[in-house]
Amino acid sequence: MSQTAVDVPPKGGFSFDLCKRNDMLTQKGLKAPSFLKTGTTIVGLIFKDGVILGADTRATEGPIVADKNCEKIHYMAPNIYCCGAGTAADTEAVTDMVSSQLRLHRYQTGRDSRVITALTLLKKHLFSYQGHVSAALVLGGVDITGPHLHTIYPHGSTDTLPFATMGSGSLAAMSVFEAKYKEGLTRDEGIKLVAEAICSGIFNDLGSGSNVDICVITKGNKEYLRNYMEPNPRTYVSSKGYSFTKKTEVLLTKITPLLERVEITEVGEAMEE
Amino acid sequence: MDLNLDAPHSMGTTIIGVTYNGGVVLGADSRTSTGMYVANRASDKITQLTDNVYVCRSGSAADSQVVSDYVRYFLHQHTIQLGQPATVKVSANLIRMLAYNNKNMLQTGLIVGGWDKYEGGKIYGIPLGGTVVEQPFAIGGSGSSYLYGFFDQAWKENMTKEEAEVSILISMLMP
Repeated sequence: MSQTAVDVPPKGGFSFDLCKRNDMLTQKGLKAPSFLKTGTTIVGLIFKDGVILGADTRATEGPIVADKNCEKIHYMAPNIYCCGAGTAADTEAVTDMVSSQLRLHRYQTGRDSRVITALTLLKKHLFSYQGHVSAALVLGGVDITGPHLHTIYPHGSTDTLPFATMGSGSLAAMSVFEAKYKEGLTRDEGIKLVAEAICSGIFNDLGSGSNVDICVITKGNKEYLRNYMEPNPRTYVSSKGYSFTKKTEVLLTKITPLLERVEITEVGEAMEE
Repeated sequence: MDLNLDAPHSMGTTIIGVTYNGGVVLGADSRTSTGMYVANRASDKITQLTDNVYVCRSGSAADSQVVSDYVRYFLHQHTIQLGQPATVKVSANLIRMLAYNNKNMLQTGLIVGGWDKYEGGKIYGIPLGGTVVEQPFAIGGSGSSYLYGFFDQAWKENMTKEEAEVSILISMLMP
């Protein structure tokens, strides 16, 4: 029997073999399945007392709107939130993962999480996947060292800025910020500016739409304003309501409570030598 | 015009390091671009490694940030073990080890500059392949092509701090 080569066990880390296979298939003409992307406009800005994050709520799958009211502002820690643009699964997974890691870290250190910790965990993860995890994030929060706002790109680079925008609507939103941002904004001015920037993305970018979500984080307090603004309400609703044809049967609902299972343990005899 | 917003962030950059008669002066522009879009117009490309050593980053933003983070960590350990500030030569060599051993995966050109008590002010250029070259002045980044001629004419030995700063300011203004 001929000697076959010894199989070298994988050295650990991400295996890029499937990426090569996918490239080969696309070259042969196979269309890759489309991702659920969050087209998106996400923004963040630092105001007098902390950080305000904003996002639109449209999730697209190619040309179709898959979710008209999705949540793009993800919880990382009580004092840290993260907006995500790019592939919806990637942003959800990576923010959930780092949120868990932060919680374990809090238990271990006994202190509140710092924004820079979340930043380092995210950038290390994204860099090790060399851009294949398509998550572009705006991370903001207030910790013991003050308010912080960072952007994180899919390849793992980060920037620290006083105001930031990401996603397909970032150009529209950035133009609003560049025109109107100034340091030391009050809470109401900041919210108004963030809403304006997101609206600019919603109306001028096809990948963004529906409502505006806002999250205000200050020292010791956070306010998640889900659907703060709804500039695209459904204007026509049928007044006749919906009726089902006669052939549709509505079955009776009967709920039978389950019997409680009681186990009786017999007291065994004590062991005797 | 194709705004490829998914392109990896590169730092289409000009970075410069110049020695003068008391130390070194480092300069860099502040633009980070993705394709044709300016992702960050206020980025800080001069990153601190230790109290006395800084590095100018160019090329891929992610790669250069990761390399400088690793080297900062190594230098911190090295400083503790050595019991005195790290030298510029050691910093440059640590960067070179990472750049050379990972040359297939990294795309970043760096200029290390600093001052230590043994050699004074020193500049080390570490371009793409992982070479390390000690130079009296170094330029890097895509914008440096325009500066080879300028520095040939403008640079001279033993400049004062003001002359060094002025030459860097003038070269940043070149297209």
